[in-house]
Amino acid sequence: MSGNPMDNEPILVADSVTRRFGGLVAVNSVDFTIPEGSIVSLIGPNGAGKTTFFNVLLGVIDPTAGSVVFRGRRMIARPERIGFESLIWVLPAVLVGLLAALLAEAGIVSGRLLALLGFITLLILIGSLLLGIIRPVWYSKGLERIGIFRSARPNDMVTAGVGRTFQNIRLFHNMTAIENVLVGMHTQLHGNLLEAFLQTPRVKAEEKAAEQRADELLTLVGLRGKGNEAARNLPYGDQRRLEIARALAAEPKLLLLDEPAAGMNPKETLDLVALISRLRNDLGLTILLIEHDMKVVMGISDRVTVLDHGEKIAEGTPDQVRKDPRVIEAYLGAPAA
Amino acid sequence: MSASTAVPSGRFAARRQRLAEVSSRHRSWSIVVGIAIIGAILPVLANIPPFTLATPTNAWMDGFTNAGVWVLLAIGLNLVVGVAGLLDLGYAAFFAIGAYTYAYVASPFGNSILGIEFVTKVSPDLSGLVFWPMLLVGALVAGMFGILLGAPTLRLRGDYLAIVTLGFGEIVPIVFLNSDAVTNGTNGVGGLARPALPIIGSFSALNPWPYYISMLVLVAVVMMLAYRLVESRLGRAWEAIREDELAAAASGINTVTAKLLAFALGASTAGIAGVFNASKLVTVSPDQFTFIVSFTVLAMVVLGGMGNFWGVAVGAFVIYTINNVLLKVLNQFFDAVSFPILKDIDFIQLQFLLYGLALVAMMLLRPEGLFPNSRRQRELHTQVLEPGADELTTAEATTEEGQR
Repeated sequence: MSGNPMDNEPILVADSVTRRFGGLVAVNSVDFTIPEGSIVSLIGPNGAGKTTFFNVLLGVIDPTAGSVVFRGRRMIARPERIGFESLIWVLPAVLVGLLAALLAEAGIVSGRLLALLGFITLLILIGSLLLGIIRPVWYSKGLERIGIFRSARPNDMVTAGVGRTFQNIRLFHNMTAIENVLVGMHTQLHGNLLEAFLQTPRVKAEEKAAEQRADELLTLVGLRGKGNEAARNLPYGDQRRLEIARALAAEPKLLLLDEPAAGMNPKETLDLVALISRLRNDLGLTILLIEHDMKVVMGISDRVTVLDHGEKIAEGTPDQVRKDPRVIEAYLGAPAA
Repeated sequence: MSASTAVPSGRFAARRQRLAEVSSRHRSWSIVVGIAIIGAILPVLANIPPFTLATPTNAWMDGFTNAGVWVLLAIGLNLVVGVAGLLDLGYAAFFAIGAYTYAYVASPFGNSILGIEFVTKVSPDLSGLVFWPMLLVGALVAGMFGILLGAPTLRLRGDYLAIVTLGFGEIVPIVFLNSDAVTNGTNGVGGLARPALPIIGSFSALNPWPYYISMLVLVAVVMMLAYRLVESRLGRAWEAIREDELAAAASGINTVTAKLLAFALGASTAGIAGVFNASKLVTVSPDQFTFIVSFTVLAMVVLGGMGNFWGVAVGAFVIYTINNVLLKVLNQFFDAVSFPILKDIDFIQLQFLLYGLALVAMMLLRPEGLFPNSRRQRELHTQVLEPGADELTTAEATTEEGQR
């Protein structure tokens, strides 16, 4: 990275994102950009709407208004014209069914052939409905081209290149550390069902390479040699690291860390901060940190955004934010009158 | 005292550990060898005194083959319940679908419905050949129904999923029962072609061996495929979904596809079992596929050890044998020695009482099953130490899961 990463092209742009829960406005019209290669932080007191905003960015919940663009592609927004989508589900089946009816009327097909056509119609209907449920990437992209839009789901965001960790650790506790990382590698592996059944050389090689890569990732986050321990038996700080390794396994471009230092002691926090800078400097990752604790983010952030009651109240370098009277008020309360 | 007992158990544990390592390194070979050994021991047992006294050898062999059907069912249900964590109480439906699929192709009645003349025109030595491809077709058809059941239940889990699958399991036999015109209703479809092989010709009811050996091969193949599946990328995805669905999605797993595949593959195993069972009984009828079947398979999976294919296979074998042989033998034995009180008890009628007792005892003493999967064991025997669990957990869980 040369120069100030804040001058880079944005990797993610959130445009006036709003999310209401009934009467409560959890996130109110927040604009937010993340320049590529930067470390930006989102802070705010408890209940400021940080996690809600985060969940909108990740496709876990839909925004009430606004949109999120990641690497030039609109990923998250209110659904558009999804009524037409159901038309697409039934249209092929209806067309084939009509064709069959016409042919039967004209006396061209009858009896068993007609029954077969009816069966095919049914299969087409089921197939297109399944397509709508599974929503492969090409399907969503095709729909978008004709103006039908649905927000990406969490797994679509991972495929697009966004990794995340959770505020409360959500590892696969009964799996070993290395298995956790291998699950994270899901989008990077391509072995299909048939290959798994036949154990083709390709899929064997892929699995072997995956295990090697998982080892590398564990080493990177400082868990070398702990690969075979059950995730639940790891100490707290290691579990946090393992979550980061699992997120890295999907080779993300942007890593979203939700309160990574929560519950850590000062030593663990320092190690974590070092790890985060290393991820940016060595791997060229862009990082969004959500923190509740100002001390953690001040040292490493290129920019800090402060949320309070769902609204952005300040944005700037750590120093600017630290001195901002509104931020001080949000954290410490208004000065006594 | 404690020291002297610790040594042999330690050595035993180490030996077991080594065995486990070798078998996981050469999974497919270990399955073939394991099944071959078991397949060789069973006929020997069926030929030696204490066993031959109770039942003739051929009846034993026949029973072992039937037990194999249940082993297949247990392996399939283990994919759905044990690995992917989707509680399926309607598993018998797929068993039924597999069986009826075979019936349509391999019986005169089924042929007349399909409008083909296959069984009636072709000699049994030839028509029985259709059994082998039908194993695949039955798997495919049942798998398709698995997807049909899976699709509307994707958002459900735990108890809710169980209820919907229970409903599906009831609907399927009832449809077969009431669609008289196409399924022959209560009487079911009879006169199915027995399997055949090129040289030995059609299998016969009197000779259990061809059935027994094909069942061994089938179990070995299905078990091998199941292990390969579970140790693949998809298997890991299933495990991940069972542990934490949101985290699985955040790892890039398309949970929808993965769950549909779990349902489909579990169902297709039941389809294979259905085809085999139909070809062996030579008849299918709706009363073969009641809820008791689903429940029994689930009990086999739970007792055997959820998540471990060898475990559930042994569980299925043991439960089937107890149900169908041991209880009968107990009756005969106590009658023969005219033991007071016990000779008046009909053990076969106590079957479900014994089940219930066994399940309760199991849940209290060894909830992970007889031969647990290592992960399950961890799940049930480690103190829950989840450091991040504080009041934020519930708050986040409700916002994250409640909104979509």
